[in-house]
Amino acid sequence: MSLKKISKNQPDNFEFNEENKILSKKIISNYPTGRQKSAVMALLYIAQRQNNNWIPLSAMKYIANFLNISYIKVYEVATFYSMYNLAPVGKYFIQVCTTTPCMIRGAYNLVEACREKISKEEKKISSTSDCSWMEVECLGACVNAPMVQINEDYYEDLSKEKMIKILDKINKDEKIYPGSYRGRKNSEPENGRKTLIKT
Amino acid sequence: MLKVKVNDTEIEVEDGLTVLQACEQAGAEIPRFCYHEKLSIAGNCRMCLVEMEKSPKPIASCAMPVTNGMNIKTNTPIVEKARKGVMEFLLANHPLDCPVCDQGGECDLQDQSMFYGIDKSRYKENKRYVPEKYMGPLIKTQMTRCIHCTRCIRFAEEIAGIEELGAIGRGEDMQITTYLEKSMQSELSANVIDLCPVGALTSKPYVFEARPWELKKTETIDVMDAIGSNIRVDTYGWEVKRVLPRINEEINEEWISDKTRYSCDGLKKQRIDTPLVKENNIYKKLEWEKALNIIAEKIKKTLPEKIAGLTGDLTNMETLFIVKEFFEKTIKSKNLDCRAENTYVNTEDRKNYIFNTQLNKIEESDLILLIGTNPRFEGTILNLRILKAYRKNKTKIYSFGDIGELTYPYEVIENKTDIIKKIIEEKHDLSEIIKNSKKPIIILGQSVLKIKSSKYIFNELKRFLEKNDKINNDWQSLNILSNNASTVGAYDLDLINPDNSENFTLKSIKNNEFDIIFLFGQDNLKFIKKNEFIIYVGSHGDRGAELADLVLPGSAYTEQDGYFTNLEGKIQKAYKASYPPGEAKEDWSIVNELANLIKRKKLFNDKNELNESMIKYLESKKIKIAGNSIKNEFLSEEILVEDIDYYYSNVISRASTTMTQCRNEKLNLKKNGTEG
Repeated sequence: MSLKKISKNQPDNFEFNEENKILSKKIISNYPTGRQKSAVMALLYIAQRQNNNWIPLSAMKYIANFLNISYIKVYEVATFYSMYNLAPVGKYFIQVCTTTPCMIRGAYNLVEACREKISKEEKKISSTSDCSWMEVECLGACVNAPMVQINEDYYEDLSKEKMIKILDKINKDEKIYPGSYRGRKNSEPENGRKTLIKT
Repeated sequence: MLKVKVNDTEIEVEDGLTVLQACEQAGAEIPRFCYHEKLSIAGNCRMCLVEMEKSPKPIASCAMPVTNGMNIKTNTPIVEKARKGVMEFLLANHPLDCPVCDQGGECDLQDQSMFYGIDKSRYKENKRYVPEKYMGPLIKTQMTRCIHCTRCIRFAEEIAGIEELGAIGRGEDMQITTYLEKSMQSELSANVIDLCPVGALTSKPYVFEARPWELKKTETIDVMDAIGSNIRVDTYGWEVKRVLPRINEEINEEWISDKTRYSCDGLKKQRIDTPLVKENNIYKKLEWEKALNIIAEKIKKTLPEKIAGLTGDLTNMETLFIVKEFFEKTIKSKNLDCRAENTYVNTEDRKNYIFNTQLNKIEESDLILLIGTNPRFEGTILNLRILKAYRKNKTKIYSFGDIGELTYPYEVIENKTDIIKKIIEEKHDLSEIIKNSKKPIIILGQSVLKIKSSKYIFNELKRFLEKNDKINNDWQSLNILSNNASTVGAYDLDLINPDNSENFTLKSIKNNEFDIIFLFGQDNLKFIKKNEFIIYVGSHGDRGAELADLVLPGSAYTEQDGYFTNLEGKIQKAYKASYPPGEAKEDWSIVNELANLIKRKKLFNDKNELNESMIKYLESKKIKIAGNSIKNEFLSEEILVEDIDYYYSNVISRASTTMTQCRNEKLNLKKNGTEG
């Protein structure tokens, strides 16, 4: 993963909406006095959710002023963590897990599907619809490999064909359902077994 | 005390030390990059690995506190192997561009890889490239060379007090930068160049100028402000190539301000290298003999009372003393002063014009009151100490008037003299706060000494503090913050009007009462010239020379030996590092020759005699009772802190291109706002 690129098109202003203002104040109050700056990660995430899944520079400044810390400190945190997007990612942001378990189970087929249906390059918004994709490290759902994360939900037990179907729906802005795409409940065994012992 | 064994020798060390410090006390040298005595511990370079008994792995000695009975080994094969391994990793992404790197020859990485590294690389892959970052006109970056020790980040945050450097990204992609590559704002920013153990941050004005081993090093004293920072001047032939800090824990620790460091290119520009005379508003070159003859004849024709002299802000004490002798013995005039402004000073007692608390004791204080001063610009190193006090004791800081960002929070009090009066009369909350404070510091700046009720403020404040036992043998709370390197020295040598603290010389100059005015390096005189014959003796063609009818070329601080007394009253000697340009002479010899021409007798036979009699004068100085012809007059007025043009405060910095760049950068920042 290379250093995150910061969007060239930046909005001039950013401010929390009323709901998020209350939420952020509540989060800040969780920290002891003098340690308010620890809330920076939560606040960045709130800003990301409010601003279409990415954090503009004006939001970083706003948070810095909100917590009374320097800009560079917020900037450091925002560039460090991979969950903060510093450039627009579209309405649907697809993160394809390509770490070993998913890779063995065919994660690169899903990447191929993304390349065909969204855009040839990672982190580039599709020309046909409002979505983008990127490869990420392990998302912690190895039992249901291969899988992708779309916005905040996991889509598991995928194959190239199933992925293409999901992407087609996204392109048409239709509703998609998270979870296993092989009919499993969570990560239960596929043949209905309840124990490890042979019966 | 704890007992530890280092390489089988048992030593006792204090509690709270780290293993690295203990090893150092035992005489075992430990290589390091990220560890620095003055900064917090990061422990991220891993170069200081040592072996500890009962530990399965080598430990990072900089981050490990000493415990009783530790057995440390620094010379075992394991340690050697660990160092080699760390060095190999550090060099994996470090370019092999030492021949074109400015750090070459004084590079920690280069030196330590020679000592502790291996002789070849096993790394066949491509090296990482990091784009250069803009950090302002002083710091050149070559971030590919960075080894992520984070010393610069910690310096900006902990010492300079402005969080403006940070590490963005992570892992291999970590990069050191300022927020969106803005230039650094701190007046101490260039210290990161010294801190950088590799060539990632190097000096922009000094880029590709010289190699460290080619330079002649002279340990001397800085004159850009009254702090008297200890510096080392590196010269190549005549040219001063760079200025570096020298460690003096009592004064500047190991930091210097950007002005101290980078004004040195002003020593090459705008220099007066030959005597000049003004004829029809055009300066003409002149021989020394002729120039001195013109002055001698003028003086012979003029009454002593009609001759006045002002000395400047960068003048050394020898020159001040010989000027004083010249006025007293040769010309027999009393009109000599060192102040170009009507600054109040009470020379009855030396404590009345120095920084009594001492710089290294500022951090002990629990209350600081700033009256008419902006320490960030008037004494950058002093401001650093105040920040230290704030960080250490949560010291409460009050300032009369809002004076802008000082790197620490302070409470603003209305900038009215009435408030001071109220404090003295115990009618203000602050009087109680001062009384309850154990170690208060009151700092009076030059701005407050220039107002009409300055005498009242100073004397009554002193009385108030004495009454409440805040000035005693253990703690001196009243301080004067001088702005110029020569101020305290000139007061010590009594270069002020003896009868009264008011600057009569200046008053008479402004009333055009004199026929001849000598300006010894004085460039801040503001007056409307009529028929005076003005003689300027100095190093740079600046405001003073512009006024003058006759200009004599003098020397700058790096070109002559000379004493300077800093704001705390510490006398220090600046040494000659290079030579004055062209026909310029050392300042004292100009005055000496002039005296010789007028009286047919030199004032002093040589510099030694001058030094000796000056020191004798300082030692035998009697306490003088100043006339009290002015009453402690109180006027209700505003204390306005003068807006200091930090990068343009004296002739050398005004001539410096680097300082001009810094100033433009600051102005741009002000214009566009700090937000990018």
